[in-house]
Amino acid sequence: MTDVVVREPAGRMSPVRSLTPPLVAFAALIAITVLLAQLFPPLNDWPDGWVVPIRYWVTEAFAWLGEVAKPITRAIAWVLAKPLAFVEAVLYRGVPDWKVQPLPWVAVVAGVAILGHWIAGRRLAWFSGICTAYLAVFGLWPESMQTLSIVLVTVPLAAATGLGLGIWATRSARAERILNSVFDLMQATPHMAYLAPVVVLFGFGQVPAMLATLVFALPPMARCTILGIKTVPSDILEAGRMSGCTPRQLLWKVEIPAAQRTLLLGLNQVVMQTLAMVVIASLVGASGLGQKLLFSLQQLQIGKAVEQGIAITLIAIVLDRLTHAAMNRVPQRHPAGTPWYRRHAHLVTFLAVAAVAILLSRVIPGIGVLPRDMTLSFGAPINDGVRWISKNLFAYVKPVRDTLTIWLLLPIRDFFLWLPWPTFIGTLALIGWYLGGVRLALVPVALMGFIMIAGFWTPLMLTVYLVTCCTILAVLIGVPTGIWASRHPRGARVVNTVCDTLQTFPSFIYLIPVIMLFQTSDLSNVIAMLAYATVPAVRFTYLGMTLVPQATIEAAIASGTTPRQRLWKVEMPIAFPEILLGINQTIMMALAMVAITALIGSRDLGQEIYKALPGADTGRGLIAGIGIAFIGITADRLIGAWAKRRKRELGLV
Amino acid sequence: MLKFQSLTRAVLLGAGVSAAAMSAARAEDSSDPIKIVMNNWSSQVVLANVVGQLLEMQGRAVEYVPSDTQLQYTALANGDMDFQIEVWEGSQAEAFDKAVAAGALDLGAHDAVTREDWWYPSYLNEVCPGLPDWKALDACAEKFATAETGTKGRFVGPPADWGKHYSERIQALGMNFQEVPVGQAATLWAELQAAYDRKEPVVLFNWTPNFIEAKFEGQFVEFPAFDPACWTDPKWGQNPDAIYDCGAPAKGYLKKAGSKQLAEKWPSATEFLKKVNLTNPQFAAAAALVDVDGLTPEDAAKKWIADNEATWKAWMQ
Repeated sequence: MTDVVVREPAGRMSPVRSLTPPLVAFAALIAITVLLAQLFPPLNDWPDGWVVPIRYWVTEAFAWLGEVAKPITRAIAWVLAKPLAFVEAVLYRGVPDWKVQPLPWVAVVAGVAILGHWIAGRRLAWFSGICTAYLAVFGLWPESMQTLSIVLVTVPLAAATGLGLGIWATRSARAERILNSVFDLMQATPHMAYLAPVVVLFGFGQVPAMLATLVFALPPMARCTILGIKTVPSDILEAGRMSGCTPRQLLWKVEIPAAQRTLLLGLNQVVMQTLAMVVIASLVGASGLGQKLLFSLQQLQIGKAVEQGIAITLIAIVLDRLTHAAMNRVPQRHPAGTPWYRRHAHLVTFLAVAAVAILLSRVIPGIGVLPRDMTLSFGAPINDGVRWISKNLFAYVKPVRDTLTIWLLLPIRDFFLWLPWPTFIGTLALIGWYLGGVRLALVPVALMGFIMIAGFWTPLMLTVYLVTCCTILAVLIGVPTGIWASRHPRGARVVNTVCDTLQTFPSFIYLIPVIMLFQTSDLSNVIAMLAYATVPAVRFTYLGMTLVPQATIEAAIASGTTPRQRLWKVEMPIAFPEILLGINQTIMMALAMVAITALIGSRDLGQEIYKALPGADTGRGLIAGIGIAFIGITADRLIGAWAKRRKRELGLV
Repeated sequence: MLKFQSLTRAVLLGAGVSAAAMSAARAEDSSDPIKIVMNNWSSQVVLANVVGQLLEMQGRAVEYVPSDTQLQYTALANGDMDFQIEVWEGSQAEAFDKAVAAGALDLGAHDAVTREDWWYPSYLNEVCPGLPDWKALDACAEKFATAETGTKGRFVGPPADWGKHYSERIQALGMNFQEVPVGQAATLWAELQAAYDRKEPVVLFNWTPNFIEAKFEGQFVEFPAFDPACWTDPKWGQNPDAIYDCGAPAKGYLKKAGSKQLAEKWPSATEFLKKVNLTNPQFAAAAALVDVDGLTPEDAAKKWIADNEATWKAWMQ
C-alpha cells in the first residue's frame, strides 16, 4: 500500500497530469483495506473495548469544574444579570415596586425610527419603524422585548470581548495562530453543542442563554478586528508614529478609527449570530420569542410560529440594516455656536416623544400596551394552508419520496454503514496527499480517527450519509438555478430574495411542514437541511458564472461554439473553483442543520447533541459537536485545496 | 365625583386587602419569588399559571421559568427552580427519583393517572377489524408499511432516550413492525395531524392526559396487561424467552415536585402546594382552553380559576 503511494510524487504541480497513478493508488487502497477488514474484524468495526472513554472524562471534568467553580460562575451570572435586569425593566417589565411602567410601545417604535433617521435618513426611519410596529400589531410585544433585551445586552459584551481578543491577536503572532484554530473549531461546532457545558457551569435561564450566545457570536468580531487592524494602510500608521503616538494612542486614536468599517461589519455579524441563537437558547430557559415559537410548534400552531418567526427575522433585518448603514454614515458637522438642542436634535426628539407617550399612556392604556383585541393575526390561514398542502399534495409527493428513499438514500446509507473504517479514512487521506501533501493527508486521519476512538463511529457515518445526500440534491438543484439566474437578471433578483428569506427565517419552522409531507424519516432530515444548504450552491454558482471574463465569452462565441458548448467547455470550467467553494459552504450549512433536524428524529451526531442536553451530558454533546466540526474542517481543507489547485491550473491566481 | 370616590375606595380597599394578605404570607414565608417551572405542553403551562396566579392571590411573588422536561430535575435539585405541577411516572420517574435523592421534594400525587402506550386514530377500527387488540394490529401491519420499513409496519415511537423498550416489545411479541423514533413530541403531533387529515393508517406513541384527546379521536392499542414480573422475568407472558412481552402500566402516577429550599423558605406555600390535587378531566379541560379555545396560557389560567372555584378553595384551607 505504501509502495503505491510513494511512487506518486507529492506536491508536484503540472497543468496536464495523467489521472492513472492516483486511480491505481485509490483502487489498490480500497481493495487492500476491504480485504484486510474481512480478515481482521477490528479493521472493519472499531471494537467497543478499544473505545477511549473520553466523553466520560469530559463529563466528569465539567461536573467537577461546575462544583469547584460554582462561586465564580454564580458571581459571573450575578454580574451579568444586572445589566439585563435594567434593560428588561426599561423595555417590558417596568419596576412594579415603584409603580414604574415599562417604556410604551409607541415610544420604542418611535425610538427605533428616530435612530434609523439619525443613521441614514428618512427611508431607513420608515422601514425600521414599520418593522418594529409589526411586533406590537401582531401581539408579540412583551416576548419581542424579552428577546430584544437579551440581544441588546449580549451584543455589546460579545463585541467588546471579540475586540479585545482581536487586538491581542494583532499584537502576538502566536496568539493569532491559537485563536484562529480555536475560532475555526468554534464556528464549525453547531450552536446546540454549546448549551450542555453552559448548563453545567451556569445553570438555566436568561443569563446562561446569554453566555452560550456570547460564545457563539464572538469569533466573527475577533476576526474582523484582526482583519481591520491588519489592513490599516501603512502611511496612516506612519503618520501616527511620526506625530509621536504612544502604542496605546496609536491603537485607540489611529488603528481602531481607521479600521472602523471592518469593525462595524464584525458588529453586524455579532448581531446576526445572536439572533440566530434566539430559538436554540430557549432550550436552556431563555424566555422570549424563541420559547413562544417552540411552544407554538408543539401545539402544531404553525401559523403562530410563522408570525413569531417573522418577528425574529424582522428584528434581525432592522438591526442588520441599522448596523450596515452605520458603516456608511457620514458624521454631521455643526458650525460652532449651534445650540445643544440642535446638535442633538434626534435625542431631544426621542426624549420628547417618550415623555409624551408615557404621560398619554396613563390616560390611554393602548399607548402603553396594545390591547389584545386590536392586534392582528394571519396564523389561521397559514395553518389551514399547511394542512391543505399536506392533505392534497401528498399523493404527488409520495412517489418522489419513495423513489428518493429507495434509490438514493437507502443505498448511500447502507454503503456508509458497510464501509470499513480504514477504507474511509484511508481514501480521505489519499485525497489529501494527492491535493496537498503529507500535512493535508494527516487532517482526516487525525480528525476522523479521534471521533472513531471516542466511540462515535456509527453516528459519524450516519451524519456523513445525510450530508452526502443533502449535498448531492443541493448541487442538482442549486447549480442549475445559479446558472439560470446568471442569464436572467430579473430572475436573479427573485432568486436572491428567496435565498435571503430561507437563510434568515428560523429553521425550526420548516420542520413541521416537512414532517407532514415526508413523515419522520431520513428524507425529512435531508429536505429540512436542503432548505438551508441549497442557498450557497446557488449563490456561488451565480457568482462564478458572472465572474467569467466577458472577453473569454466573446472569444468562445467568435470561435463558433454552440451555447451548450460554451457552458460546458468555457464557462463551467472557469466557474468551477467558485462552484466548489459553494459546495463547501453547502456542506457547512448542512452540518449546521444536523443538530436542528435531530428534532425530527435521526441517529446521527446531531441527535447525540440533542440527547446530551436533558441530562447535561457534557461529554456526549461536546464530542458529538466537535465531530460535526471535524467533518466540516476536513471537507473544508480538502475542497479548499482542490479549488486552489484548479484556480492555479487555469491560471486564475 | 361619586364615581371617582367609589374608585378610590375600591383601590384603597384592594390595597388594604393585598397588604394584609402580603403581611400574612410574609410572616413566615420569604418574599423572594417562587420559581415555577414551565414546560412546553399546554396542560402543564396552563396549570403552572393557575398555581402561580393562586399564589399571587395569596400575596406571594412568583416567576415562571421555561425548561426542558429532563433538565428541570437538575434545576429542582439545585434550587434554580422551585415547583413543578406535572411529574410523569412513565417518562420522568428516573430523573425525578434522582432529583429526590439529591434533595428535591416529592409533594405528593394528583388523583389523575397517566397512561403511555401505542395509540391509533379511531377511523382505523374499520380498516383493521379487531382493534384495539394488538393481534389485530399485527395482522394489519402491511397497511402501515412505508418505503423505509419495507413490508413491516411503521410504528412512530417516542424519542429514543425515553426508555420505553418498544423495539424489545416488538421482538418479544414477534410483531411485524418496526419502530421509527422521533426527536421530540411535536414531531408525533405533526405525523398524527397529517395522517388524520389524509385518513391514512398511523400508529404512534401517545399518552393521557394530553391535549390530543380534545383534537383527535382514537384509542390505545391493548397489549397483554402489564405485570411487574413481565419486565424482569422472561418466563412471564406469552414469550417464555423474553421480557417486555406486555403493555405499559395503564395507571401511572402524576406528581408534584418542589425544590430543596421550597419548604425552608416558603413553609406555608409548601403546605398549599402539597394540597394541590387535580383529576384527569381537569387536566384535559386546562389543555383544551389553549388547544381548542385558542386562549393564551395566562387567560386560560384565569378562566380555569373562575370555573373551578370550589376546587382551589379547598386547597387553600
